[in-house]
Amino acid sequence: MRISALPLAVVAAALLVIWVLAAIALNWQVVADAQARTGHSPDWQAMLGLTLNHARPLLPGPHQLAEELWRSTVMLPVTSRRSLVHHAWITLSAALSGFALGSLAGIVLATAIVHLRTLERSLMPWIVMSQAVPVLALAPIVIVALGSLDLGDLWPKAVISAYLCFFPVTIGMARGLASPDRLSLDLMRTWSASRVQIFFALRLPVALPFLFGGLKVAMAASIVGAIVAELPTGAQAGLGARLLAGSYFGQTLQIWSALAMAALVSATLVGLLALAERLIARRMAGAA
Amino acid sequence: MAVEARGLSLTFATRDGPVQALSGIDLAIAPGEFVSFIGPSGCGKTTFLRLVADLEAPTAGELRVNGMTARAARLARAYGYVFQAPGLLPWRSIESNVMLPLQIMGIPRAERRARAAEKLRLVNLEGFARKYPWQLSGGMQSRASIARALAFDPALLLMDEPFGALDEIVRDHLNEQLRALWARTQKTVLFVTHSIPEAVFLSTRIVVMSPRPGRIADIVDCDLGTERPLEIRETPAFLAIAARVREGLRAAHSYED
Amino acid sequence: MSLLLAILLLVAAGFAIHRLARLEGPVLGLAAPLAFGATLLALWEFLVVANEVPMVLLPAPSAIGARMVASAGILWIDFNQTFLKAVLAGYAIGCLGGFLLALLADRVPFLARGLLPLANLAASLPVVGIAPIMVMWFGFDWPSKAAVVVAMTFFPMLVNTLAGLAAAGRLEHDLMRSYAAGHGATLWHVRLPAALPFIFTALKVNAPLALIGAIVAEFFGSPTAGMGFRIATEASRLAMDMVWAEIALAALAGSAFYGTLALAERAATFWHPSHRP
Repeated sequence: MRISALPLAVVAAALLVIWVLAAIALNWQVVADAQARTGHSPDWQAMLGLTLNHARPLLPGPHQLAEELWRSTVMLPVTSRRSLVHHAWITLSAALSGFALGSLAGIVLATAIVHLRTLERSLMPWIVMSQAVPVLALAPIVIVALGSLDLGDLWPKAVISAYLCFFPVTIGMARGLASPDRLSLDLMRTWSASRVQIFFALRLPVALPFLFGGLKVAMAASIVGAIVAELPTGAQAGLGARLLAGSYFGQTLQIWSALAMAALVSATLVGLLALAERLIARRMAGAA
Repeated sequence: MAVEARGLSLTFATRDGPVQALSGIDLAIAPGEFVSFIGPSGCGKTTFLRLVADLEAPTAGELRVNGMTARAARLARAYGYVFQAPGLLPWRSIESNVMLPLQIMGIPRAERRARAAEKLRLVNLEGFARKYPWQLSGGMQSRASIARALAFDPALLLMDEPFGALDEIVRDHLNEQLRALWARTQKTVLFVTHSIPEAVFLSTRIVVMSPRPGRIADIVDCDLGTERPLEIRETPAFLAIAARVREGLRAAHSYED
Repeated sequence: MSLLLAILLLVAAGFAIHRLARLEGPVLGLAAPLAFGATLLALWEFLVVANEVPMVLLPAPSAIGARMVASAGILWIDFNQTFLKAVLAGYAIGCLGGFLLALLADRVPFLARGLLPLANLAASLPVVGIAPIMVMWFGFDWPSKAAVVVAMTFFPMLVNTLAGLAAAGRLEHDLMRSYAAGHGATLWHVRLPAALPFIFTALKVNAPLALIGAIVAEFFGSPTAGMGFRIATEASRLAMDMVWAEIALAALAGSAFYGTLALAERAATFWHPSHRP
């Protein structure tokens, strides 16, 4: 998919303009009330400035958000309790551990499903149905249950992330492994290739694009999982914890900056996977 | 004149430079003629058909369809187009597919139904009105596609290799039926094909084209009479015309290298 | 002794499932997965009871079932709050919004080319994180949860509808052009029906997303009802049987929702090659 720069730039710029206008509109009433209480009634030019610089905005202006992000990342030492980098790392370490676990499990299970028909018939419907179960709703259960086993902070969150990753990776990998056409499979059979040989020579390379599709979804899901896992027990550290604390104490900028950080982290990691996907696709160019 | 082309040209701009799909085509087709277009790939026969249908625009020259510009003719729904594939919409029944152009033209339901039934009878598909395209064989789908092209009774029929994907016997059958249809309705037909026997069997005139640039190499008159049973394909007169067409084609192919 | 019996039964179940896996057909094909599920439930029950697993770690299926019956009233209230209000409203608005924007972007290709990369980017973001902000904007009650659901269901619908509108082939476009059909007629007769398989994919994908969105949004604060709210509060009180009861309810609701959509898909896209034998 070729990304054309001009339409993207225009739409992004338009969204930015909408953002600023919305910030002014949404913060107007709050600012007006605050001003009225102190006996001021500023003209609209002053109001513009005030709505875009309010301490607890309903919607911060882009520059406010950028400033807050800068203040909580670059301006603070990484080990500080208030540093967003510190919080992001806490969440990310759980997410990545879960991602590794879940993806591995998914790959293994997909391989098993493709080779064992019994497993496919009995397991696949449940795997599909597991998607209808709101997995994130299990977060409190897992946290409490594993918490009682005293595994520390990271592993309960990682388990939730792993569960969220496992489905897209399994489905993607299974579809990829099953995708070689009859022609290629028959050809390998005429060479008396063993199942292992067919797997490594044919199924695995063909499955890579599908696998990466699943990995991208899984990465985003594992980050969401780690964030949500921080909510039920009122964790003290991590991006989810920051979101929760911000909403409890009405620190709206804190909420927005935590969210922006989470979005940045997520987009970067998924972007890296997409890059890897494109490099692999280029190496395999011509292979179906 | 049903179709009149004068100095008609179409040049495509491609990554490897301009390609002259058609160059200086001069052709006049009278109403009621059955004209086949035959030639190697890239000779422009499909391009010419698409120009008549206003699915492409020429880069030079003049084209008149029923005395109007191609665009006006398209807006006036002067022709029915039959594509290389049946192109029936799978979510509509056969009857509903045939009614589609009538629906777009805003014709009321009762009349749509009646006309569709009539056209399906014409192509011997009555009884299959409620079936869906995938339930029909390739030959039947082609016939349904023709019925659809006839739905609003255009005077002009444009057919782009409609029987290409079918086997020999089915093809013979459909050729017979098309001939009978043409004799009965007296429409003007422009027919693109790869098959020499098909062209000679069906047409009153055969236009042999050659590529690079696309142009007319020869026009062969095909006066075998209006009554043409399939056996006519073994008569000397038929074979003579076919031989002439074949020679023209061979010459056209020799430009290909 | 009972352990030996359990192992034997497990092996027997394994063989049975292996045999059942050979059955074909829409009803018989369910035999293997059902047997598998039943075996899993039985195993769960056995392990929990035999090993006296504490309720806080994992309650037995029987305990969960009992709790569901005993607290049916509360379950209904939560279902009403979360599913009937937040999920359904958010799902409808989000899917409709994504669909309409896709139609607009289809009309204005420049917009489509600019939006598509952004929509794909949005798919990699933790959208559920806007829940506290929605609470700030819309209050604690269900509209803020519905807003989260709107945000989560909007982008998959947009992306899939755009992909679906591109699905109708060149032949179909030429056909409509030969009928001098306008943009609207072409959209209605050809492009929208051809897009239905893609649209239904998005509708199906959005169903669990909507449910998750509403429940998780409630983790961030909710009035005294709702499935997410109940899960969070009962979990903190260690009343795990109630938590599992709510999960089971959510699973049932999610499956029913998804199943209804799958049935609608079958009816609307019966003509697609993937549904034909």
